[in-house]
Amino acid sequence: MQLTNRSKLVVKKEMTFAEKIYLPAILSGVVITIKHLFRRKATVKYPEKQREISEIWRGQHVLKRDDKGAERCTACGLCAVACPAEAITMVAAERKKGEENLYREEKYAATYEINMLRCIFCGLCEEACPKEAIFLTDRIVSTDYERNGFIYGKDKLVEDVNERIDVTVRQTPAVLAFKEQKKLSHNK
Amino acid sequence: MTEFLIYKLILVGSVFGITLFVAAYSTYAERKVAAFLQDRVGPDRAGPFGIFQPLADGMKFIYKEEIIPVVSNKFLFILGPCLAMLTAMMAGVLIPWGDTLIIGGKTYSLQIADLNVGVLYVFGVVSIGVYGIMIGGWASNNKFSLLGAIRASAQMISYEIAMGLSIIAFVIMTGTLSLGEISAQQAGGVGGDWNMWNVVYQPLGFLIFIVCAFAECNRTPFDLPECETELVGGYHTEYSSMKLGFYLFAEYINMFVSSAMISTLYFGGYNFPFMNDLGLDHNTISIIGTLMLFAKISFFIFFFMWIRWTIPRFRYDQLMNLGWKVLIPLSVANIFITGLVMLLIDKL
Repeated sequence: MQLTNRSKLVVKKEMTFAEKIYLPAILSGVVITIKHLFRRKATVKYPEKQREISEIWRGQHVLKRDDKGAERCTACGLCAVACPAEAITMVAAERKKGEENLYREEKYAATYEINMLRCIFCGLCEEACPKEAIFLTDRIVSTDYERNGFIYGKDKLVEDVNERIDVTVRQTPAVLAFKEQKKLSHNK
Repeated sequence: MTEFLIYKLILVGSVFGITLFVAAYSTYAERKVAAFLQDRVGPDRAGPFGIFQPLADGMKFIYKEEIIPVVSNKFLFILGPCLAMLTAMMAGVLIPWGDTLIIGGKTYSLQIADLNVGVLYVFGVVSIGVYGIMIGGWASNNKFSLLGAIRASAQMISYEIAMGLSIIAFVIMTGTLSLGEISAQQAGGVGGDWNMWNVVYQPLGFLIFIVCAFAECNRTPFDLPECETELVGGYHTEYSSMKLGFYLFAEYINMFVSSAMISTLYFGGYNFPFMNDLGLDHNTISIIGTLMLFAKISFFIFFFMWIRWTIPRFRYDQLMNLGWKVLIPLSVANIFITGLVMLLIDKL
């Protein structure tokens, strides 16, 4: 029974003399490999040299602060819901008197953890965020010897007040238009 | 007498040291050549260009946990790698590493022992090398080890026949088994005194010899004894730590010794073209000759690696077919042709 017209008849062909003595084939193989000896190497010596990355590259996350230095995140949990890898967990807390300079709104994230081993860097958390709090940056998540080291808490995620992380590079018009459309759909 | 002993001791010590050094750096070269042939850069973290990589590898081997399986035969399990290492080191004794040096009116040969049955001795030592693998594989009490060891011994014994036959044709031509004399016969070469290397007179013999050398060293395309896809690690599956290191190291020493043998037998040993036309004194020529020998050896070591990263391994029946049905008849034919030609030359 013929299922497709792509099937081919297998013929067990006798090898010719040139094929039987192997040497011509080995010789041509050896010529190919020696050419590779002088080729440009594909390796990028990573820590010293970084590969050129796209301007919309999605790397390690950052939790942004507002202009006054207060955390933008309100622990609404939309990022955790949007996350397809279920990498984000958080615990919400209520802002107390005198903490207005720390947190922008009455509710904030007491803990906020991203498991970088689970994260697939899709950027859906960034799209879901209604408070412009979480962004993916062009930084590369570094390696670690232990699994616990890949669970990034607020100590690693929240940006330093004095060392703000620029996220505008990734916010190209194309990305912004895309996020706008997504925002509309999730508001529905 | 004491002077003789000291001179031999220095020679033995330096040959031992050089052999270990070259073998250690062959492991580094292997990784580098593999990387370059695959468009990578290879190890480059330990020191500039990774040149301390062999040291790091050696340290790693020493510090690794040593496991001797409970069900193994402990004495033989330890004897295996020792034997592999010992026989690998023994063959280097006969290689003429250079011509003579004349110091203070006395002549010193750069060959440790010039046996008049040198080639035979090398074959004897190489055939003992099978025992290291066989004993190790058997003592492990593991089916993969045993299968690997059986494959290795079957392969090495089969290819030893073809290798021996190719050497018989070679000996018909040279008329001597002494490696020192064989080297001396090839003196001169291109230049004022016309004298070609043996490879020109014995191309078929050389081809058979080098193919068998690949098989004897268990190198690709004949690396079936440690065929990862079928046998885990082959005869050294159960080995760990420095005992595994010894097996791997013995392979590289074997490679070095076979390269030295190929260079000595077929590529003029320490002789190089125009050696008698330069008008240099004897000692300088000897030293350059030794360096030339090492250049030839390096090329053949590179060739071993080059082939390894070019072609895949044979299937086991293909291996046996090639050994018994192709190489042995060819080498017998080579003996007849060589004999015939020698007879005709005598008649003329």
